[in-house]
Amino acid sequence: MVDITAQEIERCAPLDGVRTASRTSGSRIGFEDVSVAYGGLTVLKSLTLTVHPGEIVALIGPSGSGKTTALRVVAGFVRPSSGRIMIGDRDVTDLAPYDRQIGMVVQNYALFPHMRVEDNVAFGLQAQGAPRDVIRQRVPECLAMVGMSAYGKRYPRELSGGQQQRVAIARALAPKPQVLLLDEPLSALDTQIRRAMIDEIAKLHHDLPDLTVLYVTHDQTEALTLANHIGIMRDGEMQAFGEAQALFRHPPTRFAAEFLGRANLLSVGGLTAAGPGEARVRFGGAELLARNPHNLPEGRDCLLCVRPHHMRFAGEGAVANALTGVVQSVQWQGDVHNITLTAEGESLRMTCVPMAVPPALGDQLRVCFDPSEVTLVPEDAPRG
Amino acid sequence: MADLAAHAVASPRPGRSFRAGLLWVVPPLLVLLVLFFYPLSLIVREALAPEGEGASLLHIETVLRSREFVSGLYHTVVIAGSATAGCLVLGFVLSLVIAFIPFPGAPIAGRLIDMIIALPTFLMTLAFTFIYGSAGLLNGLLVDAFHLEQPPVDFLYSQWGVILAEITVFTPFVMRPLLAAFSTIEPAQLEVASSLGARPFRVIRQIILPASLPALLAGGSLCLLLTVNEFGIVLFIGAKDVITLPMLVYAKAIQEFDYTSACVIAVVNVVLSLGLYGLYRAIISHFGGGNAGRV
Repeated sequence: MVDITAQEIERCAPLDGVRTASRTSGSRIGFEDVSVAYGGLTVLKSLTLTVHPGEIVALIGPSGSGKTTALRVVAGFVRPSSGRIMIGDRDVTDLAPYDRQIGMVVQNYALFPHMRVEDNVAFGLQAQGAPRDVIRQRVPECLAMVGMSAYGKRYPRELSGGQQQRVAIARALAPKPQVLLLDEPLSALDTQIRRAMIDEIAKLHHDLPDLTVLYVTHDQTEALTLANHIGIMRDGEMQAFGEAQALFRHPPTRFAAEFLGRANLLSVGGLTAAGPGEARVRFGGAELLARNPHNLPEGRDCLLCVRPHHMRFAGEGAVANALTGVVQSVQWQGDVHNITLTAEGESLRMTCVPMAVPPALGDQLRVCFDPSEVTLVPEDAPRG
Repeated sequence: MADLAAHAVASPRPGRSFRAGLLWVVPPLLVLLVLFFYPLSLIVREALAPEGEGASLLHIETVLRSREFVSGLYHTVVIAGSATAGCLVLGFVLSLVIAFIPFPGAPIAGRLIDMIIALPTFLMTLAFTFIYGSAGLLNGLLVDAFHLEQPPVDFLYSQWGVILAEITVFTPFVMRPLLAAFSTIEPAQLEVASSLGARPFRVIRQIILPASLPALLAGGSLCLLLTVNEFGIVLFIGAKDVITLPMLVYAKAIQEFDYTSACVIAVVNVVLSLGLYGLYRAIISHFGGGNAGRV
C-alpha cells in the first residue's frame, strides 16, 4: 500500500497499486480492486482508490474513460463485477442506493419538476424519515448555505441553470450524507456561471470540511481548483493519481501531461544526472536542465514537459535553458498572447501577458524556462 | 414600381385566398352534415318530439324513470368505472415494468400493446370464451383434474366477465400514453431520488406518478369514454341481466321497435359521451402544453 505523503514527488503517485491520500477520521470512500464489465467489455479495470474524509478527489479523463462508471459504482447504480466498495467502514457493495447514505449531484440537475424548491430540498429528509421539525429547520439552512433562501417557493422551471444546480447541491446535502458524489455538476452551465459555481463549491467545502467528495469532471480547471487529489483515467484505468498541484507540475505520463493543462512535450535525449532530483538532457544542439522526479535512468530518451505559461522571453546574455525559435503564429486572446514557435523542428507554445507590439511571424525569438518548472516524463507511459 | 409588382405577385389578394379556403372547408363540412349531424338531429328530434306527437318532455321523463333505463345506466356506470379503474391500475403497473425494469423482450411487449389496440374488441371476448367459458380450456382442465360435474369457473357470463374483458381490451389505451410519459422522465431523477434514500415505492409515488399523472388522466378519460359506449364486448359475452345503455338502445330499436325510447336513451348516451370527451379534452389541454409535469 503506497501512502501519499508530504513529499511532492511521492504525492504524484505511481501508476499501479493503491492510490490514497492522507486524512485520519470520518467517512471515506474506498474502491478495493473494483472492476466493472458489461458483457465482454470491461469499462473499469481493477480500480483501487481511497478518498479520505474531508477530501475532494476529482476523477478526470476523456469520454469513455470510466470515471462516471466509478462514481456510479459508489452510488450503487452499477454493480461491480469484482471488488468491494467501502463507505466509511461499511462494505456497501451489495447495498441498494437508498441504503448508502450518499448525496449526489448530476450534470442536468435532475430536480423534481413538480415540486417547489423547498420540497426538492426536503425530499431526502422525508425519504429518510426525518421528523417534521427537523425538516422545517434543515431546509432553510441548506437553502441559505447555497444562497437560495429567497427561492424556496419557486418551481425548478422558474430558476436559471446555476440556481437549479445550487438547489441540487442543497438537496444532496440536506440529509447530511456521509459522502457527496458530483457527476460533472457544472458541465451544463455557461462559462461565467461555471466559474462562479466553482468558487461556490470551494466555499461550500470550506464550510463543510468533513464532507468527503468524489468529483467527476472532464474539466481540468474544475479539478485543479477544487480537488485535493486528482485521478486521471483512460480506457477504464487510473493512469495517474496525485496531489493536484504536484500532478500538474510533475505529470508522470505523457497522457497526464497533455490532459491536465496544456503542455509542450519535447523529445529529449542524452539524460545525465545533475544533482538531487535534476538531470541534464539534450534538445537538438541545446543542453537543458530539468527536474527528474520520476528518476528516469541516465542515457534514456524521454520527454521534457514545459507548460506554455512557464516560458518567457530570454535576454541577450547567457541564460540557462534558452532556446531560439521562429515565430509561427501569434494570437491575442484578451488577457494573454499565445505564441507558437518552431525550435529544433518541434513546435513550442508559449503564453505571455498581452504585448503592445507582439512579435511578427517569422521573427526569431529567444525563450527560456526555469529548470524547476520543467519536468522529465517517460516517453512510453506505463499503464496502471 | 418593380417592388410593388413583386409584392403583388408574392401575396395573393385576400378575397381570392378566402374563397380558396372555403373550397377546402365546405366539402368536409357538407359530408359531416349529411352523414353525422343530420342523423343526430333526427335522433334528438325523435327523442324530444316523437313522430305524430307534439314536443313533450313526458315521454323522456317516462323513459328516464323506467327501471330498465336506471338499471342500464347503473350497469353502464359501474362497468365503465370499474373497467377504467382496472385499466388504470393494470396499465400503470405493466407500463412501470416495461419502462423501468429492464428485461429481454421489452420492445416486443411494447409492440404487442400496439397490436392489441389494433384488434377488434370482439376478438378478445371470443378468446375469453375459449379460455374461461363453460366449455373453455380452464373449466375443461379443472373438471378433468378434480372430476367435477359442473364447470367451476363461471364469472365470464356476469358483470365481472364484461369488466375483465374490457380491462383486457382497453388497458393498452392507458399504457400507450403512459409509456410515452415514462420515456420523458429523466433517469437521473429516479437515481437521485434513490440516492437520497427513497425506496422504490416512494420513487413511484412521489416522482413517477406525478410526472405521469397527465398521461394517466388522459388515458383514463379515453378509457372511460370507450367503455361507456362499448357494445360489442357486452353483446358478445351475453352476460345475464347485464344491460348497458348501448345495449338498451339496441334492444329498444332493433328488438322492440320502440324508436322513441331508443332515441331518448341514445341522446342520454351521447350527452354522457360528450361530457366525458369534454373532460378528456380539458385534461389534455391543461396538462398537454406548458403545464405538462405539473399536477
